Amino acid sequence: MSKKYDAGVKEYRDTYWTPDYVPLDTDLLACFKCTGQEGVPKEEVAAAVAAESSTGTWSTVWSELLTDLDFYKGRCYRIEDVPGDKEAFYAFIAYPLDLFEEGSITNVLTSLVGNVFGFKALRHLRLEDIRFPIAFIKCCAGPPNGIAVERDRMNKYGRPLLGCTIKPKLGLSGKNYGRVVYECLRGGLDFTKDDENINSQPFQRWQNRFEFVAEAIKIAEQETGERKGHYLNVTANTPEEMYERAEFAKELNQPIIMHDFITGGFTANTGLSKWCRKNGMLLHIHRAMHAVIDRHPKHGIHFRVLAKCLRLSGGDQLHTGTVVGKLEGDRQTTLGYIDQLRESFVPEDRSRGNFFDQDWGSMPGVFAVASGGIHVWHMPALVAIFGDDSVLQFGGGTHGHPWGSAAGAAANRVALEACVKARNAGREIEKESRDILMEAGKHSPELAIALETWKEIKFEFDTVDKLDVQ
Amino acid sequence: MPFQSTVGDYQTVATLETFGFLPPMTQDEIYDQIAYIIAQGWSPLVEHVHPSNSMAIYWSYWKLPFFGEKDLNVVVSELEACHRAYPDHHVRIVGYDAYTQGQGSCFVVFEGR
Repeated sequence: MSKKYDAGVKEYRDTYWTPDYVPLDTDLLACFKCTGQEGVPKEEVAAAVAAESSTGTWSTVWSELLTDLDFYKGRCYRIEDVPGDKEAFYAFIAYPLDLFEEGSITNVLTSLVGNVFGFKALRHLRLEDIRFPIAFIKCCAGPPNGIAVERDRMNKYGRPLLGCTIKPKLGLSGKNYGRVVYECLRGGLDFTKDDENINSQPFQRWQNRFEFVAEAIKIAEQETGERKGHYLNVTANTPEEMYERAEFAKELNQPIIMHDFITGGFTANTGLSKWCRKNGMLLHIHRAMHAVIDRHPKHGIHFRVLAKCLRLSGGDQLHTGTVVGKLEGDRQTTLGYIDQLRESFVPEDRSRGNFFDQDWGSMPGVFAVASGGIHVWHMPALVAIFGDDSVLQFGGGTHGHPWGSAAGAAANRVALEACVKARNAGREIEKESRDILMEAGKHSPELAIALETWKEIKFEFDTVDKLDVQ
Repeated sequence: MPFQSTVGDYQTVATLETFGFLPPMTQDEIYDQIAYIIAQGWSPLVEHVHPSNSMAIYWSYWKLPFFGEKDLNVVVSELEACHRAYPDHHVRIVGYDAYTQGQGSCFVVFEGR
C-alpha cells in the first residue's frame, strides 16, 4: 500500500521503536548502552539511535517514498535497565542484513558507530555487543590460519605459547635488535615481537631489522632444535608499503608478521589478512588505540565488539589484556571476549558481558595474547585464566632478569611448563602457585633468581570499566 | 649486592618442545600426564624418530593411534614396546584430539642418543 508524503519532523519512536518486532536469524543485532539528555524519553533516545545508525535522518524526506523503508530500517525492539545505574539503559537494535556490504567490517562499523555517536540528544553512547548473523559471518574470510594451523606450523602443542616484546621499544640498531631477539629465543621463548611503534625509523629501517631478525631466528632454531618466530611489524604509512614489507618477510621465509588493526584500520587489516592466507603467513594483531575507544564505561565501543570485528576481519593472534598485569581488564569480561575469539559457539551470558548467542560457524579461532606487566609469579594465574590456546608475553619479565634476556626467557619457560604439568596432574595451580613455582625453581637457577627479583611486584588498582551487575 | 657480581652464564640447550625445560619425569609423573590425556577424551598416540631428524613435522607412528584406548597400562606398555624396538630414537606420547585435528598434549618420554 502506498503512503503519502507528509513533510515535517516526526518523532523517531513513531517509526523506529517497535517493541513487538521479533528479530530474524539474518538480522544483525546490536546492544547499545545509552545515556540520554535530561527529559528525553528512553524510547525516543533508543529509536533515534536505531534511526541514525540505519536509514533515518532528522526530517522526513520525500525520497524515502521511492523505496520500501520498512524493509531497510533498523529497529529498536527492546529496552532494558542497566543494573545499578539510574541514568543509562540498554537499547537492543535489529538491522536487516541488506544494510551491509557482504564481508565488510568497515561498512558495519561506519553504520553502527558513525554519526550517531555525536548525536546531541545523547550524552553518552556505548556499543556493548553485536550479534553477527551466520549469513554475514560466512561472507568474511576470518583468521588467515587459525589456532589449529598455527600450532601445526610452529609445532607447539599442549601448552600456551611464550613470547616477549623486544625492549627498549625504540632506539636499537638493527643488529642490536636482532641480538636481543636471539637471546630471547635461545632461552626458550617461541616468539618475540616488534613493539607496536617500531615501523621504520631512522635508527632502524625495516629491511635492516627484518634481515637481522631472520638471522637470529635461524641460529636460535639450529641451536635449540625448536621452531621460532618473530612478529615482524608490517604496519606502515600506506597499504603499498605494508605489502612490500610483508612480501620481504615472506622472501626471508619468516613464519609470522604483525599488524596494528585499529591505527592501521579495518580495510588495511582485512586486505593484509587475505594476503596472509594466500601466502601461508601467520598474522599477529596488536591493538594500539583500543583503550581510547573501549575504556570509558558509558561511551565508545566495548572491546568485545572490537575483538569480534577482528576475528571477522582476520588475525591469528590478538592482544586481550592480562587480567593480572599492569593494564586494565576484569576477569569475567576478559573470559567473555576470549570465548568470542576462540569458540565456535558462545552463548548469551551477562555474567561474562556477552549479550547475545553468537554462532561462529566454521570460522577458525584466534589465539588470545596476554601481555603487559606480567612476570613469573603471575604464571599460574595466567595458565588458569587463559588456558592453552594463548600466547603469554613477558617483556620486562624477560629482559629484566639479572642474568639477561636468555635466562629470563628460560625462567619463564620453566615456570610455564611446571604450571602445565601440575595442572594436567590435577593440582589447583592458582591455589598452589607458590609451591609449584618454588619447587620448579629448585632445579632452575634462572627461575629461582626471577622469583626473587619480582617477588614484591603487584599491580593492584580497581578496574575502571566493570560489568554492570548488582 | 650489585647484580654484576652474581651474573651467571646461560647456556643454550637443545630441547624437544613441551616439557623440554623440566627435569626428566618420574614414572608416576608420566602416568599422571597419560591419565590426563585419557581423561580429556583424546586418543593416545606413540611416535618416534631418530634424534638427527627431531625437527621433522612427521615422526613415525608406533603402530596406529590407539583410538578410544582408556587403559593407562596398555598405553604405558606400548610406549615401552616402542622404546625397546627403537632404543636410539626419541619416543613421545601424543594426546590426539580428533575434534581440532591437533595434539592436545605432546611430550617426549624417552630421549634417544
